Amino acid sequence: MAAEATKEITEETIWEALEAVKDPEIPVVSVVEMGIVRDVTIEEGRVTVTMTPTFSGCPALHVMHDDIEAQVRALGVEDVTVETTLHPPWTTDWITEEAREKLKAFGLAPPRRHGGNLPITFYDTVTCPYCDSDNTVVQNTFGPTLCRAIYTCNNCQQPFEQFKAL
Amino acid sequence: MSPDLEQALAARLLALADDELILAHRNSEWTGHAPILEEDIAFTNIALDEMGHARIWYEQLEALQGADPDSLIFFRPAAEFSNVRMVELPPGDWAFSMLRQYLFDSYELVRATQTLESRYRPMAEAAAKIRPEELYHHRHTALWVRRLGLGTEESNGRMQQALDSLWPAVFQLFAPLPGEEQLVAAGYVPAPAQLQAAWEREARPFLEDAGLRLPPDPQAPATVAPRSEHTEHLEPLVADLQEVARLEREAEW
Repeated sequence: MAAEATKEITEETIWEALEAVKDPEIPVVSVVEMGIVRDVTIEEGRVTVTMTPTFSGCPALHVMHDDIEAQVRALGVEDVTVETTLHPPWTTDWITEEAREKLKAFGLAPPRRHGGNLPITFYDTVTCPYCDSDNTVVQNTFGPTLCRAIYTCNNCQQPFEQFKAL
Repeated sequence: MSPDLEQALAARLLALADDELILAHRNSEWTGHAPILEEDIAFTNIALDEMGHARIWYEQLEALQGADPDSLIFFRPAAEFSNVRMVELPPGDWAFSMLRQYLFDSYELVRATQTLESRYRPMAEAAAKIRPEELYHHRHTALWVRRLGLGTEESNGRMQQALDSLWPAVFQLFAPLPGEEQLVAAGYVPAPAQLQAAWEREARPFLEDAGLRLPPDPQAPATVAPRSEHTEHLEPLVADLQEVARLEREAEW
């Protein structure tokens, strides 16, 4: 039975299954939507998933690594390896449009797409995820997790967090 | 790779890793104690980032020579750490910790930039990962140096005092390791002089614009201590860092 079940596993079914693995610090988006899963290969029944860290000190990396492995095992695959690569370096540009909407609904301003030209200044325009005003001001470029900065909206007076561009 | 080259590379990776680890540990000592809540959060984030960078370098060392990162971090005697002295010094006041972090961030940023084209591919990849994170640190700590340097008489005085004590120590970051010339020749790492020149082009005018007087340069490089020689501050730091792990060697986390 187990062998038969394994035969049906394709790279596509694994990608689909990994949609259920959420970023532990932002549980509304998956590791696939965030661009954290880079590659899935199957070779003679052996599954290799390649992931990349978002911020290199992110404490959620271990959790995501273990969750990805457990999720593939749950499909009936016994031989699973989760590898980590630094190249090419993760960028917030890889976050999908759907995930950006989810981040916004979660109260996290999504990062602007920068196309590789990362604008790290204090004066980036950040749009309030609550009222869509650009009249916002940075309070702290470091927030409760490595990937977040803290802003206040001058329009609706709401403090909010931004997913930092990387 | 020849055994000599590999040895030199291993020494460089260990030095990079140890600098980041020890600085991260020092910075983490501010967690819960920073002057304001926002800074407590920010500096803890920065400490965590540097810990992440340390991990990258320890893992590259492991890939090269099989050294287990946990053993290196938790079970190595203090005397065998190869960090520079400036990162092991106690946190001092806020001005000292901010200036130390600025000096290190500006150095790390220059090093990462010059390492992007390294012919040792893992190093180039690490540099590309580290660089944008350092941009965030650098922008943050540079602001603090300006804020305090150009602030009140008290804040300027404290920043100046911090610079007077850190300036002679900073040049150890640029001192070549034994065998480093082979790494430079192989195109693995930037030449120390080139690194230092680029750093000084940024740091000297920046510090002067922040209302600080640059102390006289130390008699480099003759007086730069080797990385095997530490101050009395490293041993208690390492004891603290390793205390829990050493209680139960086989414990799983």
